[in-house]
Amino acid sequence: MLSVTQEKGVIPKLKQDVMRKMIEQGVRIDNRGLNDYRELSIRVGVVRTADGSSLVSLGNTKVMAGVKVEVGKPFEDTPDEGALIVNLEIAPAASPDIEPGPPDENAIEIARVVDRAIRHSGFLNFKSLSIVTGRHAWFLWVDIYVLNHDGNLVDASTIAAITALMNTALPKVELDPAGNILRIDRSNKSPLALNVDKLPLTITHAKLGNFLLVDPTREEEDLSDGIYITGIAGGNVVAIQKVTGAFTKDEVNYMISNSVNQYVKLKNVVTSIMANPQTDLKL
Amino acid sequence: MGKQPPVPLIVNDRRSDGRLPNEHRPVRMEVGVISNAEGSALVAYGNTVILAAVYGPREVPQKHLELPDKAILRVRYHMIPFSTSEGRKSPTPSRREIEISKVIRTALEPVVILERFPRTTIDVYIEVLQADGSTRVTGITAASLALADAGIPMRDLLVGVSVGKVSGTIIVDLNQLEDQYGEGDMPLAIMYGRGLITLMQADGEWTPTEVNQAVELAFKAAEQIYRLQKDVLKNKYVEPSMTLTI
Repeated sequence: MLSVTQEKGVIPKLKQDVMRKMIEQGVRIDNRGLNDYRELSIRVGVVRTADGSSLVSLGNTKVMAGVKVEVGKPFEDTPDEGALIVNLEIAPAASPDIEPGPPDENAIEIARVVDRAIRHSGFLNFKSLSIVTGRHAWFLWVDIYVLNHDGNLVDASTIAAITALMNTALPKVELDPAGNILRIDRSNKSPLALNVDKLPLTITHAKLGNFLLVDPTREEEDLSDGIYITGIAGGNVVAIQKVTGAFTKDEVNYMISNSVNQYVKLKNVVTSIMANPQTDLKL
Repeated sequence: MGKQPPVPLIVNDRRSDGRLPNEHRPVRMEVGVISNAEGSALVAYGNTVILAAVYGPREVPQKHLELPDKAILRVRYHMIPFSTSEGRKSPTPSRREIEISKVIRTALEPVVILERFPRTTIDVYIEVLQADGSTRVTGITAASLALADAGIPMRDLLVGVSVGKVSGTIIVDLNQLEDQYGEGDMPLAIMYGRGLITLMQADGEWTPTEVNQAVELAFKAAEQIYRLQKDVLKNKYVEPSMTLTI
């Protein structure tokens, strides 16, 4: 598997000039400031066949995440823990330049960044997924589907994944005295143990010339000189991924501290939506 | 998560292999090791040994991938099946290897002057021969040397260096044990002459101050490796009679 330099989307020269000139004045072509996220909407429990699900819109970017839980054998080095498996596909429906097929390097990269942000945050207590030490534990399969691609897939996917987990309940497991599983009762479920103080979020910055802006649209990504993702949980950094470009130390320091600030704002939006979420499947 | 290391990772400021927190393992570099390649390098950070070979600029086999205004880079990071201390590593590319190939490519792209060779490909093959942590960054140092050895124009040399956190202490150049059981891992690629970072990843949990300290420590180590890269290239390409002594 070779990783090959990718062609960027073409933006008319005239529009590029307008976008750059506006950014110099602190405004973006969709009228946002450099440090503003697009409008976020979250619907949870939208797919009844999943054990937990979420549909996230970040501007025109739409991402759906579903959780399926299965009982599995714990890994040898963590006998008292369950597992989290994150996969992501960019559906061919999401954009004219996406071809059907197994996840490519872009999809794999996003899934792995989302996975790391959740894994290292302390949001999910892996020990709470244990059923019988060394024998049975819950495996959480998080599948993320990008349904419309208008940039910043990572931040939208992280929000989709964590809100789908917040919507997930584990069935009751009945055991015999020897620890064998007698029955998995899907009509009797209890919510996942999650530490919402450690809610993980990713903050994506795009570099355009000398400017750094958050939540880039797809056009801004195509125009950008670099993309940098920071995963934050609580006040700490739990994941970093430079995706493209080159950054100075000062730029890195700015993006880290700005991400901590953005995290507080974004977390407030997520938690207030999640306090009373809509549940109908509506794109 | 929650895994206990078989030996303590740090005791009295000494790491499990006896190093100080800011001490890099010995670095060994050799260029021109593969006669068929345009450029090649063998680089070792302690027991981690990586081969990089560069082919091109050459024609792109799949025509639809070529770009009219610049060369493309094709990069593969790959671990040979007997390179790990655990069981056999399947030679088919894992998700980890696919991601690493991508981040190494985007680490090299700002360095190579791709605009010089439109409609061609420059291929970089990185083979992990023996793994003891920090393989992607060792691979980057090797790839940069191999590109220079191939005579491909570059804006700078690129140095790979890893930093991490064990028992609350920031350390440089993680070995396998520290990578596996440490609290955090942060690989970087640095264009030292230009002060630019072209690869930066992290996992684990870090305060913003710790991230800053880790980056500073990485730059210190990068300076030494950068100097060594230049020396190795000069030793091969600059004949003693060509050097000016004033």
